[in-house]
Amino acid sequence: MPETTPKATPDNTIPDDSVGIIVPQTMHFDEPLQLSCGRTLNQYELVYETYGQLNSDASNAILICHALSGNHHAAGYHSTDDKKPGWWNNYIGPGKPIDTHQFFVVSPNNLGGCHGSTGPASINPESGEFYGPDFPLVTTSDWMHSQARLADRLGISQWAAVVGGSLGGMQAMQWAVDLPARIRHAVVIAAAPRLSAQNIAFNEVARQAILSDPEFHGGHYLAKNTLPRTGVSLARMVGHITYLSDDAMGSKFGRELRTETISYDYDAQFQVESYLRYQGEVFSESFDANTYLLMTRALDYFDITEQFNGNLTAAMAQTQCKFLLVSFTTDWRFAPARSVEIVNALVEAGRDVGYAEIEASQGHDAFLLPIPRYQELFTAYMNNIANEVSAT
Amino acid sequence: MRPDQSIIQQWVKPNERVLDLGCGDGSLLQRLKQQKNIYGLGIEIDQPEITECIRKGVNVVEQNLDHGLSNFPDDSFDTVIMSLALQAVRHPDEVLAEMLRIGKQVVVTFPNFGYWRCRLALAGKGTMPVSDFLPYTWYNTPNIHFCTIRDFEKLCADNHYQILDQRVVDHDHQSSWWMRLYPNLLSEIAIYRLTR
Repeated sequence: MPETTPKATPDNTIPDDSVGIIVPQTMHFDEPLQLSCGRTLNQYELVYETYGQLNSDASNAILICHALSGNHHAAGYHSTDDKKPGWWNNYIGPGKPIDTHQFFVVSPNNLGGCHGSTGPASINPESGEFYGPDFPLVTTSDWMHSQARLADRLGISQWAAVVGGSLGGMQAMQWAVDLPARIRHAVVIAAAPRLSAQNIAFNEVARQAILSDPEFHGGHYLAKNTLPRTGVSLARMVGHITYLSDDAMGSKFGRELRTETISYDYDAQFQVESYLRYQGEVFSESFDANTYLLMTRALDYFDITEQFNGNLTAAMAQTQCKFLLVSFTTDWRFAPARSVEIVNALVEAGRDVGYAEIEASQGHDAFLLPIPRYQELFTAYMNNIANEVSAT
Repeated sequence: MRPDQSIIQQWVKPNERVLDLGCGDGSLLQRLKQQKNIYGLGIEIDQPEITECIRKGVNVVEQNLDHGLSNFPDDSFDTVIMSLALQAVRHPDEVLAEMLRIGKQVVVTFPNFGYWRCRLALAGKGTMPVSDFLPYTWYNTPNIHFCTIRDFEKLCADNHYQILDQRVVDHDHQSSWWMRLYPNLLSEIAIYRLTR
């Protein structure tokens, strides 16, 4: 019998509550972009997807910011052969919290990414070689400026909302603080005002795994026609552990063995080992090592209070938009207490804010998953934005 | 509008910062925002109520009052309101002290356990009072710290809190001269305005 690949749905049709088949688009930019690190990117491309229709006064546009290993493919399918839809398909689509009947959704791949936007795995047009480790370190602020240019090109002077989870939520905060006139709402999910020492420590372990892989070749692996698979795989494994809760791992794997008895060696015997190894291997084939280093560094460097002497209230006083913040009870990567720091600062600054701590067993990953209370709350908030848009 | 809310509204000045502890569906804050242009913030623990606040566009933060209010700086609000929730918190005295630390004035409403029907249930039937207004039995009630008007005023006196206003109403939030004459016996709900 020939092997069959699972499809989007058994009969190859696309579910009605999805945005359907999506074709990513690319925007080329020739104006040099001054970066936080002091360097300049003379030209670059951003790949992005859009869902829904931009209204006549361009007031219904939503920017989606992705997390560490995310990309522009947030919703819908690229083909009927796709096994999975975009990473936030649970929350973007017709009748979903980010309702594509109401909003024009723009979802770019971040600069420095490895899914089509200019990044370390792209060819540097000035040298004809891969950028590799020569690609500049970019920050959430650089991403914001590149996204602002994309908005300009699309004719969007002000986002109805900038929305993101994790590192994506941090980008939404960056927008709210640095370009306050260009955003009416910020939806900041499972984020933090800056990374803790523990957060940075996990990122450092991930980076060391990559940097110490002999196949890394100082970042020039593509020129040598190889990949630092072991390093990226290890980085992903340690990252993945921080996305899940102890409970989630316990209920998914427990101490379950793959074999009937233990074998007194170091092969993957526990189901959790085999799962992590598989996740790591798949990721190491599809995700660029230099991008992983860059994204973790952008996380480490993110500090919304940087220009305010560490004063979060002063930072939040720069904002003009309204906020929704959401955290998840078992998230220990960016725990509820980190969101509460932001909420308290917003309240002190007299900004409009809604905050909910969603009971969820899945840890940090919960922000991606369909959880009824989270869906209701998110829908309620987005409906208000849609009503504001239609009232203007 | 509930008459207790119209009483509270009189005590709130335009453009104030108002904190509502146990804000429910946010209707009081919504009204105060519309009529007095306040900056309002509701604290709530009930999940459907939080979603309802979001739906109304009322600022709301999910927070358990029993875990304290130390996240709010001294004098960070003009008015701190707690409507019919004092009897449901674990440490009413501490919450009241915190409210007075955070707010320049405090508005608190609570069910008066000195109300004659409560006394009658205890004295006559010998059972804990159950009514339409307080429909719980003793073992499943969220109301764990009942007090009378006299008890409350003693707490205020012991802590040197200033009572600026006192109003008394029944469960329909109507007031009358005889309630004002014998508040501890004849009123069902007490509304106080306090300051340090």
